Amino acid sequence: MQYKKRIAIDQIAKIIFKSTGYLVLALLGGIFFMLLYNAVAFFLEVSPLDFISGSQWNPTAAEPVYGILPLIVSTSIVSFGAMLIAVPLGVGTAAFISEYASPKLKTILKPAIEMLAAIPSVVIGFLGIVLVGPGIADLNNLPNGLNALNGAILLAIMALPTIITISEDAIHAVPQTYREASYGLGASRWQTLRKITIPAAAPGIIAAVMLGLGRAIGETMTVLMATGNAAIFPKGFFDSVKTITATIAIEMGEVPYQTTHYYALFAIAIVLFFMTLVANLIGEYFINRFRKYHAA
Amino acid sequence: MKSKLVAEQLNLWFGSKQVLKNINIEFEENKVTALIGPSGCGKSTLLRSFNRMHDLYPEARIEGHIKLDGREIYQKDIEVTDLRKRIGMVFQKANPFPKSIYENISYGLKINNLIADKATVQKALEEAYIWEEVKDDLKKPATRLSGGQQQRLCIARAVALRPEIILMDEPCSALDPVSTLKIEELIHHLKKKYTIVIVTHNMQQAQRVADKTVFMYLGEIIEQGDTHQIFNNPQHETTRNYISGHFG
Repeated sequence: MQYKKRIAIDQIAKIIFKSTGYLVLALLGGIFFMLLYNAVAFFLEVSPLDFISGSQWNPTAAEPVYGILPLIVSTSIVSFGAMLIAVPLGVGTAAFISEYASPKLKTILKPAIEMLAAIPSVVIGFLGIVLVGPGIADLNNLPNGLNALNGAILLAIMALPTIITISEDAIHAVPQTYREASYGLGASRWQTLRKITIPAAAPGIIAAVMLGLGRAIGETMTVLMATGNAAIFPKGFFDSVKTITATIAIEMGEVPYQTTHYYALFAIAIVLFFMTLVANLIGEYFINRFRKYHAA
Repeated sequence: MKSKLVAEQLNLWFGSKQVLKNINIEFEENKVTALIGPSGCGKSTLLRSFNRMHDLYPEARIEGHIKLDGREIYQKDIEVTDLRKRIGMVFQKANPFPKSIYENISYGLKINNLIADKATVQKALEEAYIWEEVKDDLKKPATRLSGGQQQRLCIARAVALRPEIILMDEPCSALDPVSTLKIEELIHHLKKKYTIVIVTHNMQQAQRVADKTVFMYLGEIIEQGDTHQIFNNPQHETTRNYISGHFG
């Protein structure tokens, strides 16, 4: 009897966990099909080629144009700019915490960095408007600082906690035997960190960067507040940009239901979805490439 | 015989726990010396004090003298990186870097500004009796090798720097008998060029490879001498009990 009962409990547990697993899959699939369904309605009216390659986004004009290229470029500039700032800063901080900081400093630094993640994005956006933006404008003699650089700096701040925390875990997890082997050959601390510890932690660091990039690409409120949202084709970091996320957030509230413009927003959401997907796939590829060198 | 490495009145603490007590020992050039003793007797700790591995751990505190060719190694003007180039180390668990076989050898050469060409790498691998097994796979990850091959690669990595002394911390404890035999043959061959200090808890291994044997117990050296004498005519009661398998 006892035995049968245990088998039954095992079965029930299996069913519960299986269904939660499938529920997550169903959510992902559901969201994707919702986007796809509405996007198809859009592509029945506008050709996908014009949509992707068009250099102007102006859905409210008398002759509406749905060119998404400026939006993609905007999102890319801001996100990659953010990574350019956040990756060296984040990995450097992670290496410092893991390899150099005293235990006491570590107990202060780690919670402080996690607190940084708790700051709401709207507050970061506020920081961009009152502090970073005017600063950029002053330094470069611009009329205002609401541009891609401003967004990139703010997104870097927002991506930092993720990059630092996960990179630090990865660096910390590198077996001490690697470090000892390196020191045993006469390597200095810096040589060991650069040539042994960081490469060994690379899969984790790349995962950290990709998560940070995912956050930067998907972040809405901060870029909406800080980048000016001008519907122009951005040429550099000092231009105002209108990202994919900001476009959806701004226009979704005003667009008439089930118009071409309405469907267009779903179509650009799909593009955003693919961008984050590609970022993740690239991350996976590198993770596997480095993992090959680790013992099974 | 010339003493290559000497420890005098060496004491070592981890925090408040004294791990090495008044160690006095000399290692002769081009000889193999085995450090034996039960687990926790301090033999690995003693070994690691010779290349200043304890520098990495702030809780370790050392008093006394260790001299390499008559020069104090714990003095401020000694460059620890240079010291570790002269005193190579092979660890208990084979720890090749997560890099290719070739890079595992070339890394040590590069960081020490030595020539890291293919011929140098090949020579090191040949000396560690592993060249024939890996010569077609130099670009493959070192972690794909078997345990015994990995350990010989680690020996090659140490040998590549032409050290004067090689410290081996139970190099065969994780290996099968065949791999162990290969490493022991390698040790015989290496002692022509290098002074070797090997920690082992395998007493048969000590008798097979070592010229001199040092028996340690509870952080102290109980007895040291020719291997043959230690195992056949030990002077101390504790040594006799240990080598006859009464404890440890």
